Amino acid sequence: MSQTGALPISISQVTKRYGDVYALDNVDLEVKRGEFLTLLGPSGSGKTTLLMALAGFTRPDHGSIRFGDNEIILTPPHKRDVGMVFQSYALFPHMDVAANVGFPLKLRKVGKPEIAERVNEALETVQLAGYGERRINQLSGGQKQRVALARAIVFSPRILLMDEPLSALDKKLREHMQIELRHLHEKLGMTTVYVTHDQREALTMSDRIAVINHGRLMQLDTPRAIYDRPANRFVADFIGESTFLELDTKNGQLSFGGNVIKAPGWSGDTGKPALILRPERLVITSRTAGKAMNLFTATVRELVYQGDTSLMYAGLADGTEVTVRAGTRTGAAIENISIGDDITLGLHPDDTVVIDEAGEELAS
Amino acid sequence: MSSISSPANPNETLLKQHAAREKWVLLGLSAPALILVLIVMVLPVGWLFYLSFIGSEGTVSMENYARMLESKSYGRIFVTTFKVSVLTTAICIAIGYPLAYFLSQLPSRAANICMLAVLLPFWTSLLVRTYAWLVLLQRKGLINTWGIEAGLWSEPIALVHNLTGTLIGMVHIMLPFLVLPLYSSMKAIDPDYLKAASNLGAKPSQSFWQVFFPLSLPGLFAGSLIVFVLCLGFFVTPAVLGGGKIIMVSNQITNNIELFFNWGAASALGVVLLVVTLVILYVASKLLPLDNVMGGGH
Repeated sequence: MSQTGALPISISQVTKRYGDVYALDNVDLEVKRGEFLTLLGPSGSGKTTLLMALAGFTRPDHGSIRFGDNEIILTPPHKRDVGMVFQSYALFPHMDVAANVGFPLKLRKVGKPEIAERVNEALETVQLAGYGERRINQLSGGQKQRVALARAIVFSPRILLMDEPLSALDKKLREHMQIELRHLHEKLGMTTVYVTHDQREALTMSDRIAVINHGRLMQLDTPRAIYDRPANRFVADFIGESTFLELDTKNGQLSFGGNVIKAPGWSGDTGKPALILRPERLVITSRTAGKAMNLFTATVRELVYQGDTSLMYAGLADGTEVTVRAGTRTGAAIENISIGDDITLGLHPDDTVVIDEAGEELAS
Repeated sequence: MSSISSPANPNETLLKQHAAREKWVLLGLSAPALILVLIVMVLPVGWLFYLSFIGSEGTVSMENYARMLESKSYGRIFVTTFKVSVLTTAICIAIGYPLAYFLSQLPSRAANICMLAVLLPFWTSLLVRTYAWLVLLQRKGLINTWGIEAGLWSEPIALVHNLTGTLIGMVHIMLPFLVLPLYSSMKAIDPDYLKAASNLGAKPSQSFWQVFFPLSLPGLFAGSLIVFVLCLGFFVTPAVLGGGKIIMVSNQITNNIELFFNWGAASALGVVLLVVTLVILYVASKLLPLDNVMGGGH
């Protein structure tokens, strides 16, 4: 099942309207050969519509989709030769596991002995060797998920699409399957487009993430870049937790409440600059110890113990409430703080991310 | 784990009594239905069963059953009954499957309107519909008049008082019994199955025959069985549209009572019909994957 010919996907100007609502609004997106790309967005953002357009189940109003060099926008689903894992798994209940996995091979007129061989191989790949004769309703959720995956890869498609395949699994199994899918992708090398609304899942699995909202691409980048350098307020808000502080600009310098904010990543463009504060990037410090950092004074309003971390809600001088997340090891600074204390919060200049609130869309 | 001062299983007796009382309450709730079934169903059938063993002399005898085996006319009646039932069921499947499929593919609002077209006749009196067919199908009925006027045929075609008329009427009356369970089992097929089939490389015809059709079979079996069993005991339509030429078991039962005043013979026929129907239902429930038609489900 080695992948010799993973195909790149080239999506350009794809638009789909339902009444007055744009499910996809002139989407341009290049998926690289062999890449694991995740479409991430809230429900109704258009990510599933885009995946369905790739599979051929949604007909866009206009646009172009190419697999490699071939325009496929008019190709019916059964001729697209892409594997797909459905959110509902869509395993045929009237067939056993082997018949389900062998179904695409039977349609391709593969000989019986070879079907048996390749089905076994696919089931081994998803660690379900020996499950061929099981009925679908005898399988657990995780096993169904694996069978659906085996069926999607058994005919060696050069593109694999997955529509929230892990959403029905419990948290432990889901996290386990994320790693497993990642390994499987490395092994098979298929170009993979994965849809999820779960930001942690997207960060865990992807080579790149395409953040989508209102049918538009908000940012396309690696997980680290998406998290550390969100391009706009939507991305910063949707991925991770963020508090936004509106900054003042004077002579090309940023400031908050009269204090200069050091932000080496800030391009200095005009606009409406806003500072993104992530709970885990803020540290409790003092005026002297945090000299090199951007400092804020705050009053502690609430403390929440959550086991692995503690959350602190604190009000800044202008009334904005910020959240600080800190580890709970013995002797940690947050352990010695009580509600009502005045404290100093520090933000490392490298963690100081400033976005332009005036620009919503991805500038590309 | 229990403390020494408290009894070993606290409240055990009380909780058991509670459970027992609940059981009796449930039984009490179902009692009216049980009594009704007993009075209107079990007792008359028992009485029929008893009557079927009473001969013309008023003594216990098997003559009512013996007559069925000896007389050729009875054999013909059973053959007719099965022939009409099988043909009606087959035609219902041929018309009803495409109809149910069409309905199941419509968006829900359009499907509801079309479903009304299926249900409206279903709610209309059976007798009215049967006589309406008589008006349409007879020698000087609408169909023959129009057909001749349009020059399609020159002599009136015999559309009624024969097998054709009986089948037309019965198919019309039975169709909803097939379409309704079939439609609901088709609606229950997850559209993702068909998408998956298509994604895996199945042409539309392949995904229909390899995925949709097998998954619709339980509904088809259930509907066909209902139609077939209802046909076996059908009376009005063959009586009106068959014109005395199509004599099914229930028509013969009426004849036995109304013409010959022979309750024993009528009862024996009724018993045989009941037994045959029950055997068919039993065999079908063992062999076919029927969707809930027998109640219990899987």
